[in-house]
Parts: sequence; C-alpha cells; structure tokens
Amino acid sequence: MSKSYTTPVYSHAARGDFRDVYDPAEDSFLLIDALEKDAERLQLMSPCVCLEVGSGSGVVSAFLASVVGPSALYLCTDVNPAAAQCTAKTASCNDVSLQPVVGTGIEAAWAGGERGREVTDRFLPVVAQLLSSKGLFYLITIAENDPEEIIRLLGKCGLKGEACLSTRAGNERLSVLRFHKS
Amino acid sequence: MFVNMKLLTHNMLTSHVKGVTKGYPLLIKATEVKVNEVDFNPQFVSRMIPKLEWSALVQAADELGHRQDLPVELVPEYEKNEEFLKKVHRVLLEVEVIEGCLRCPESGREFPISRGIPNMLLNDDEV
Repeated sequence: MSKSYTTPVYSHAARGDFRDVYDPAEDSFLLIDALEKDAERLQLMSPCVCLEVGSGSGVVSAFLASVVGPSALYLCTDVNPAAAQCTAKTASCNDVSLQPVVGTGIEAAWAGGERGREVTDRFLPVVAQLLSSKGLFYLITIAENDPEEIIRLLGKCGLKGEACLSTRAGNERLSVLRFHKS
Repeated sequence: MFVNMKLLTHNMLTSHVKGVTKGYPLLIKATEVKVNEVDFNPQFVSRMIPKLEWSALVQAADELGHRQDLPVELVPEYEKNEEFLKKVHRVLLEVEVIEGCLRCPESGREFPISRGIPNMLLNDDEV
C-alpha cells in the first residue's frame, strides 16, 4: 500500500498580513494530488532542485518537501512579496525548508492575456533549458488555456507531456500536465 | 524552519535589468549573516557541485568572510573527499544572509534582501 501524506498547514494564508496571498483552492489541491500520486517516482528521482513558479502560500512546495525530504533546494518564486513572507510562514508551520524569492516579471499576472496564457507562453520556452535530463515539469491548466496545444508546443522543444490528473471545479476543467525530456 | 538566503540560492540568481548582458554573479552586500547548522549529506553536496558556478560560490563565500580555504578551482575527485565536501556543505547550505542586498555587477542595481528573502523584482522601466 502506498504511504499517504497529509496536506500542509496553511490556515494563515489569505488572512491578516497575508490577505493578498492566494488561498489554496481546487487547483492547488489537484497539483498536490498529482505529486502524491507520483510520490514514489519523485523519491526515486531524488531531485536536487525543485522550483515552483507562482508559489503563493507555498503549500504545494511544502507538500513536495514533505514527500521528497530535506535533501533538496525548494525555490519558491512569487511576484508578490507577501506571498514570499507567507511561504516562509508555511515552511515554519510545517517544519520544512523552503527558499522564497520575490521573482521577476515572468510569473507576473499568471492569468493574463488572450486564453490566459500570456505569461505561460513566455515561461514555456525556458522550461526545456531549465529542466534537467531526468527532471519533471508540472503545469496546472484550465481548459481555456488549451492544454493540448501546450503539450504540442513543448513537444517541439523536446519535452514529452500528458495530462496526469484532471478534475472539474465549478465550471472549470482543471488538468495537471506533466512533462519530461524525451 | 524557513530558510534565509543561502549561497546555494545566490548561485542561481541573475540580474535581468534591461540592457544588462552579464548580470552574474551578483555581489553580496550583507549587513546580517548567520550560520545555521544543517545535517551533512555528502551525496547531495556531490550531486550539487556540477550544477554550481564554482567561482561565483567562492567569491560569495569570500565576500561574507566564510571562504575558509576553498580553492579557486574545484578539486578533482571531490566525491571521495569528505573534508572538502564538508566545507562546501557549510558554504552552500549553512551560511545564510538575513539582511543586505545583491548588486548587479553591470548596472549596479541593488536588489534588497529583507528578512532572508531576496527581492529580484524590477520596475516597469527596467524591463
């Protein structure tokens, strides 16, 4: 039987000093579920560096750190300084080490532009350069982002991808895409 | 157990100010530094070393007064050299910057480090 992991504590997010930080919702939890499904694979890979772009409360990286363990660097970037502080707090609450960085433009306005992909489209070409030969890249999308096209686009950069988990949240069809180098 | 800025993180940060062609390595001007003990994992350090810009790490450690005697050039067969790996471990993972700034070597732009968190955000006119 596979081990089960608990959701990190995040009750401080979206309130008080952190009121402008994204409150973990269905999309965050779907990504956590995808990482939990892949737990064994991730442990075997034993990654050195894990990067989360747009980490918000830091709940996803805190979860990943609890699965993979302390021997990795967990870089959490967010354009919002309050999110970086919130990530620090999430790390303390869950006894994991996270390294928040207030990040530059690329992750700003995640949902901007036509089809909500303005930022994703700038980030995607960089992914193939950043990802190690054995690394994994997870991306959460809604149907309007046209995930099939994202898979095709990244395929041209040498990344092979598929939807590894999907759900419906209200009117939104959420999918976690997972890519690796082919 | 949140971590302040480690030199491992510094090793990966670059300045992207408009017009800058070589925004690396960032100079560290620290006003508050602390050494925070972390469990030594020689495998992790060995796997990390090839991903590093070695000279940037040595320079950063030197700026903070924690270089010990790390060599300018990476030593051969470091995987088997536990004494060396322990020194790298210390510099990479245990020396932390709490307050200060990171200075772009080309433009001079300073990126603040506050409460252990570097802020690499640029203004609209800098991108």
